[in-house]
Order: sequence, then structure tokens, then C-alpha cells
Amino acid sequence: MAESTLKLPNEAAVPKENRIGLKALDYQGGKSTLCAGCGHDAVSNQIVRAFYEMNVKPEKVAKFSGIGCSSKTPAYFLGRAHGFNSVHGRMPAVATGAMLANHHLISIGVSGDGDTASIGLGQFMHLVRRNIPLIYIIENNGVYGLTKGQFSATADEGSKLKTGVVNDLPPMDLCALAVELGCGFVARGYAGDPKQMVNILKAAVAHDGLAVIDVISPCVTFNNHDGSTKGYAYSKEHDELLHQIGFVQSYEQIEIDYEPGTVREVTLHDGSRLLLKKLEEDYDPSNAVQALQRSHKAIEDGAMLTGLIYLRPEKKSFISLLNMSDKPLWSLTEAETRPPKEALDQIMRELM
Amino acid sequence: MPDSMTATAVLDEPLTGAASIVNDCTIHVATVNGSGSMSSNSVLMRSIFQMGVPVSGKNMFPSNIAGLPTWFTIRANKDGWIARKKEVDIMVCMNASTAREDVEALQPGAVCIYDAPLACKGIREDVTFFAVPFAKLAGELSQDSRLRKLLTNMIYVGIVAERLGIDRDEIINAIGKQFKGKKKAIDPNVAAIDKGIEYARENLPKQHHWRIERMNATAGKIIIDGNAAAAIGAMFGGCTVVTWYPITPSSSLCESLIDYMKEYRIGPDGKATFAIVQAEDELAAMGMVLGAGWAGARSLTSTSGPGISLMAEFAGLGYFAELPGVIWDIQRVGPSTGLPTRTAQGDIFEVYYLSHGDTQHIALIPASVAECFEFAGEALDLAEMFQTPIFVLSDLDLGMNNWMSDPFVYPTKPYRRGKVLDAKQLEELGGKWGRYLDVDGDGIPFRTLPGTDHPMASYFTRGSGHDAHARYSEKPSDYKATVDRLAKKHETAKQFVPPPVIDRRADAKVGFIAYGTTDVALEEARHQLRSEHGVETSYLRLRALPLTADVKAFVEAHERVYVVEQNRDGQMGDLIRLDVGDIQHKLRKILHYTGLPCDARSITDSLLQMENDGTRVVRIGLGAEATTQTIGED
Ligand SMILES: Cc1ncc(C[n+]2csc(CCOP(=O)(O)OP(=O)(O)O)c2C)c(N)n1
Ligand code: SF4
Ligand SMILES: [Mg+2]
Repeated sequence: MAESTLKLPNEAAVPKENRIGLKALDYQGGKSTLCAGCGHDAVSNQIVRAFYEMNVKPEKVAKFSGIGCSSKTPAYFLGRAHGFNSVHGRMPAVATGAMLANHHLISIGVSGDGDTASIGLGQFMHLVRRNIPLIYIIENNGVYGLTKGQFSATADEGSKLKTGVVNDLPPMDLCALAVELGCGFVARGYAGDPKQMVNILKAAVAHDGLAVIDVISPCVTFNNHDGSTKGYAYSKEHDELLHQIGFVQSYEQIEIDYEPGTVREVTLHDGSRLLLKKLEEDYDPSNAVQALQRSHKAIEDGAMLTGLIYLRPEKKSFISLLNMSDKPLWSLTEAETRPPKEALDQIMRELM
Repeated sequence: MPDSMTATAVLDEPLTGAASIVNDCTIHVATVNGSGSMSSNSVLMRSIFQMGVPVSGKNMFPSNIAGLPTWFTIRANKDGWIARKKEVDIMVCMNASTAREDVEALQPGAVCIYDAPLACKGIREDVTFFAVPFAKLAGELSQDSRLRKLLTNMIYVGIVAERLGIDRDEIINAIGKQFKGKKKAIDPNVAAIDKGIEYARENLPKQHHWRIERMNATAGKIIIDGNAAAAIGAMFGGCTVVTWYPITPSSSLCESLIDYMKEYRIGPDGKATFAIVQAEDELAAMGMVLGAGWAGARSLTSTSGPGISLMAEFAGLGYFAELPGVIWDIQRVGPSTGLPTRTAQGDIFEVYYLSHGDTQHIALIPASVAECFEFAGEALDLAEMFQTPIFVLSDLDLGMNNWMSDPFVYPTKPYRRGKVLDAKQLEELGGKWGRYLDVDGDGIPFRTLPGTDHPMASYFTRGSGHDAHARYSEKPSDYKATVDRLAKKHETAKQFVPPPVIDRRADAKVGFIAYGTTDVALEEARHQLRSEHGVETSYLRLRALPLTADVKAFVEAHERVYVVEQNRDGQMGDLIRLDVGDIQHKLRKILHYTGLPCDARSITDSLLQMENDGTRVVRIGLGAEATTQTIGED
């Protein structure tokens, strides 16, 4: 299998302190209570690393989740950020409200495949439609972990539970759905490929708007056996890379030379650059039709398609459409939000 | 057919002698939904208002865009009684499908003006009928069939106004107001009014039993519906995040808010000091409100019963995780496919106990448009002070009908934003604080907002599985401490919610308790009892939940207390029963739940009957005579 990341000259050892003077430890959260080996814990570590390397001040971050093992994880990373473990499938609404109140927050949400593809499907779709600035991670294990291993709606057709029960229904591809609904940033990662995930996460931090990341995150307790299609062994074997990914920070002066036509470069909202190196095909992540075609083919082939599936960084976020005051709404004072007495007098006169 | 298109009135016998009744009449207009009668009815109502006569208007409309029957009742009353009155004095019949029913419901002596082809005259003998050839009259005004339909409604306004003696100038002023000064709309409507006046003068006999005469009881007053009043209140109360999902009868609250905010809440930089989102459903609307409240905004949503049901899970989270937010419930008849355009006070239990587990919510209950305005700001304050969802229980009658009021008073009280620690305060505390610590002994903890620039600011929000420092905990003692503190917080709320309004009469043996829109009917009923029957009553008007100690004291002070409300089971009555405990035998229930607003006469008659025969529960029936239906013990 090909390397999922591009070798870049900036890949020196990770510094002990980042550019805002914080240590990796400052990005840690509480101790995880998940099963040892759970894919979700790997993703938490990847989030810690991406935010550390992106020099994001944790106090500026707000974490959201629904309900599930996956949704517990915001307690296990970025302990210095406020977190909100809400109700099952409804995190999009809570995150939307918080972003309206304070659009300066850097928001990250963690959901599960049950949380998003079943109970929360409606809210997920409207979140995509609104394009709320939020990194929305689906830790996808094909089962409901927290309620002890029932199939979720992303379970592959023919995959088997430990009990031998076979799933007869087709899987929902949440990436394809997000593309269909016009999401400006759609990616799939694999918890077992930290390098690729960290690059995807960094790009998501740099993106202005909703970033949907479907990460295959094996449940070692309920879906990691023979016959399961979202376990470690199966995922490793069926990982199909769209491209190799490299990420270059906005402040990095890195010259990269590659053979012409082999690397696509996308500039993100904050000026950082995403490099996508062509593998066996020339995949254009700005082409929604190609993205959907490729996603469908992967399902037919029983493959796990990873990489940046769709990217339109220029799409306007909901926040920018609202023409809100630059100051976060929560911080507006009485002088700014209570119209003067003359305004009430005028309204009253009109009603007389 | 007894009436031809050109027939004029023949039956105009004076029924009650020569004496005319001044500034006290009820006009009932029956039309077809979608025929545009709303603007003509508003013009008629407003012209009475401009004559200086207290007036109220109630729209009884179907859940339909066009075709089903709709009624509008205008009550003019010199003494200022503005509750719905069952007895109709002047009927305008424009709807073939209800004409017979409408005429049959009239009381003897009423006047009925009807569209000539409806042939109402033959239906009964004890009503004075005037047939009017509306189609012909409208045909003289316009060739355009759509416009003719609209003008027909304005013609009946002209006729009724002429019979009542309303000054033409006031009608013209009302039209100007209704059509916001747009000449193109005003001119044909004025022509229609004149057509009606002229027709009435030439064809209807001169017999003016009910008269509107100029008085001076409305100068300086406004006319507004409760939803618009709430919107204005929320805007001046500093609301910043609004989320909603359309549902009758609440939609107009957020729609008015959108209009007002766009006009008055754009900052000097041209940017909005608010965000309004039409959510995908009430579940999302509630989630957004709580998310916004969590992040420090003064947030609001409005809905009706079906939406409240969808908000149930989030309401519980809001209660346990202590999240501010305001939810207006403009109550209507249940369920979702019930009578969505009819009024009720049936969500008391639903709202007070909304969600699973030991939840109890704070609810404010406005009874007037002025209180809608006032409580809108108050609710935003209470939400932040108590860090919990605050419900406001209005209803269709209050929210969607037009009410007369004194102008609203500009709020001068500063916003109360509750116990929020900022970075500086955290620094002073050396970073030591606990999200759910009861520092002040009032059950209300301190919170921080996401984004607070201090390494000790953050905490993790989740339902009830936490200790006082917001750390995950399933310890029995931690859980119990959490819910006990929440109970204490609810107790504290009693000191801060709007207290009941109490009118205690020294020699009254009997007391009333009511709330919301029942108030107008109840005050009139008390007046009837006093002036017609010499029965003096006390009255406690609830304005909020939880119930305060005043309620028990009031029940203690009277021999019998009648709780009057607009639902079948007497939901508030039951809450009061739980609250007063051992003196609950003093409580009685008078219940009105027809989908129409409660009227005074029904309360008066019920009380007299119950005082007479000891009945404990009366469920008010329909019709002018048999007003009460008794269903045993409750
Ligand atoms: C309204 C509601 N219904 C059901 C549940 C029970 N429940 C908790 S977690 C969960 C499924 C979680 O699955 P997923 O999102 O895939 O998360 P995972 O545990 O697999 O990470 C369910 C059904 C709930 N918490 N709330
Ligand atoms: S049950 Fe599965 S998803 Fe949940 S913590 Fe264990 S391994 Fe992870
Ligand atoms: Mg799952």
C-alpha cells in the first residue's frame, strides 16, 4: 500500500513547544474511559496533535458532541477548552447556537455513525446545508458501541456482528451525502493512519466553514472480528487512497518541487496550503460528480476510500451570510442591543 | 326565493323600544377564509377605537388558507370590558355554508345584515334582517373580480358603520392606517365604504338601536397583538439569538421580531446585533437556543404545544446541565392535528414538567399585551440569572388577537446577566472555582463562557452525571446533591418570578384564581357578580410558576376558591391542590375549553350555580342558555 502522506521538507521532529508557547501536554484532556485499543482514542490523540501543531489556543476552542462512546471523547482532548456533551444526534443544533452566540470560537464536534447517520441524520444534513464553521468528525465503527454493538446505518452490506447476525441493508456513505448537500470540505480518514488524519485535521482547522471528516474508527469490543468490515485488519487491507496528502502552514516558506502535473495545491482560508499528490488516477477534489462517482465505486468494490474527497474552500459559511456584528453577540452590551427610547416611542405611535 | 338580488329590507321592527344602547355592542362577521375580510374587520375595529370607544377584536379562523368558514367578533364597550361575549347584537352573514347556524345562534332582538342570496330572513322571526345585494354593489365599483371580492367586505364595513353612527372620517383614517398610506389601495376601499354608507342611508330604515358615540377612553392607547408585543419586548430586552420553526399561533412572534430587529437592531457599522435562524424543526430550534445560551447569548425561540413536545429531551438537558434560554409557548388546542387555530390553556402540565426525570421549569404567564412586552425582557433576565430554560405561556387569543393597551413603558432596569466569571475574576480567584458549587446558598452556581481566555476557565458540560466541579461522576451522593441543589434553585426562583396580582376584598368569602387570558373574562364576571348579584369576590391572578406562598395564603383566607382556566382537567387547579395540601378541599374548578376564548357570563353563571348547589367542578358548555355542564366530583 502507498504512503498516505507526502514527504515534505518541514517534517522535522515535532518541537517541544509550539509557536504560541504551549506544550503538547496543554492540549491533553482527561483520562479516557474507553476500551483499550478503541479507534476513538487514536482520533483524540490525532486531534491533540493537529491543534498543537496548528498553534491553536485551546481556550479559543469549543468542543461539542452527541451521545455514544465517540461522543464521550471531547472530555479526553483539549482539557482547556469548554466542552458540551449534548443529546443523541442533536449536536449540530447546539454547535450552531453556540457559533451564533460567539462566532470567534473554533469549534470541533465529535459524533458517531449512530449519532449522525440514524437519530441525527436530519440535523447533520441541515448542518451541511447551512455550512456552519465547525470541524465535524464522525468516528465511524459501523456499530453502536455504547449500547453494546447493534448495527448502525453505515454498516456494510453483508458484514457480520459477533453474534453472527448479518446486515442486509446498504450502508450510508456520509461523505457522499455531504458532497451531495454541498459541503465545502469532505474527507475520510482512518484511525489507524495517524499521519493522514493529522493532515486532514490541520486542513480542517484552516478551513472556514463546515469540515466533515468521516473517520473509520474500529470498535475493538463489538466490531473487530472476522466478518466485520470496519475492524483494523479489514480497514488496513481495504484502504484505498485518493492521493497522498501534505500540509504546509501559512507561515512556512517551503519550496516544493514535484514533477509538473503530479501535485494539486489548494490554498485554504488561513493561507496554508494543502498538497495532494496524484496516485493511480488524477482525482480532482473540486469536482462533485467525480467525488460521488468515486464514492459509489468504492462501495461497490468493498473499498474504504480515504483522503480529501471534496474541497471547495471558497464556499460562504452561514456566519458570513448573517452579517453579524464583529463582536460576538453574547458580548454586546445594553448600549448596543437596547434601542433608544425614541425607537419605542416611534413604534408606539405607529400602533395608536 | 324570498329574497331577490334587489330586495331591500322589509323587516325592521323596533324590538326593544326607542332607547338606544350607546357604546356597548357586539358585532359578529361570518365570512369565508381567504376572502380578505381580515383587513375590513380591522378597519371596523379601528374606527370604533378612533371614536374613543374601548374595543376588542377576536378572529376565529380555521386551519386553512382559503375556503373554510371564519368569524370575527368585535366588542365595543364603554366600560372597557374586552373579553369575548357570547351574545351577538349585530351579525353580518357573508358565508353561505354557515348562514343558518350563524342566524340560529343569535339571541332574540339581534340584527342580521346578510348577503341577499343567502336568504337568511326566513330562518327566524325574532331577529331583524337586512338583505344587501353585495354582488351588485361591488359590481358598480370594479370590473376586476378579485378586487370586487375584497371590496365587498369593505361595503359591509360601510353599512355597519353607518348604522352604528361611526364618523366617516374615522373610517377613512382607519383605512389609511390599514393600508399604510398607499393611495392605490386606499382609494377603492374608500369608494367601497361610501358605497356601503350610501346604500344603508337609502335602503335601511332609520332605526339605530346600537350606537357608537364619541367618547374619550382610547386616547393615547395602542392596538397590538400579544405576539408583536412579545417581539418588541424581546428586542428591547436585549435578545440576540432567535431560532424558530413556523407553527400557528406562534409564527407571528418571530416574524414580527425579524421585522423589528431589521429596523432597530442594525449597529452603526451596518451589522446586525442579532442572528435569527429558521431551524429545520423545533428540536433544532431548542438545541440552538440552548447552545447559544451556553455560549452567553440571550436566546429565544417560540412555538406551540406540538413544538414543545419535540423540545422535551432538550428541556431536560437544559434543566440539568443548567443552560439559559427562553421558550415562548403560544398555546393552542392539542394535538398536532387538533384545532391549531383555536385557543386553550392546556400546556400547563406539559411545560411545567417538560422532559424526563425530576424536572420542573420556571414559567411566566402574561395576561395582557403589556405583560407580553414586559415578560419578554424579564424571561431573558431570568434565563441568565437562573441558568435554565424559561418558558412563557401565552395563548392564541392573546398572541394573535388585537388588544387595546396603554403604550409600553421603556425598560430602564439594566439587563441582569447572572453569575458569569470572566478571565479577570478567575485570576482573582486564583483559578479556583467549581461550575456547580453552590457558593451563595441560593442553588445558583457560577459559570464561565466558552472562549474565556484563562487556562482554568473551561469545564465540561453534560447532563446530571457530574460533581460540583463538573467532573464526571456517577456517585449516588453527587447525583443527589445535584438534583437537590436544582430543587433549591427552583425554590429561590419564587422570590424572583413576577408575583401574583391579588385583589383581596375584606368581606369576600369566595376567591377566584386565574391566569393568562382568562383574566379579562374573570374581571368582568366579578363585576357582574358584584353589580347584578351583590356577590363580592377576591381574586388572585397567577403570573408565574413555581407557585409562591401567596397562593396558599389566599386559599387559607377564603372559604371557597374557584380556579378558572381554559382546559378540561383544571391543570393549574391540580398544581395548586398539590401546593396547598391539607386545605385542598376548599378548591373548586371552573373550566372553559371550547377552543373559543372564555367569556364572563359563563363564569358568573357557573359560580352562582356552584355556590348554590355545592358543585365542585363545572365544565362550561356552549350556547347562551345552558352554560354549564356538571361532571361530578373531580
Ligand atoms: C434519545 C436517545 N435514544 C437512544 C439513546 C441510547 N444510545 C446511546 S449511544 C447510542 C448509539 C451510539 O452509537 P454511535 O453514535 O455509533 O457511537 P459509538 O458508541 O459507536 O461511538 C444510543 C442508541 C440515547 N442516548 N438517547
Ligand atoms: S465499545 Fe467499542 S466504541 Fe465503545 S469504547 Fe469500546 S471499543 Fe470503543
Ligand atoms: Mg458507532
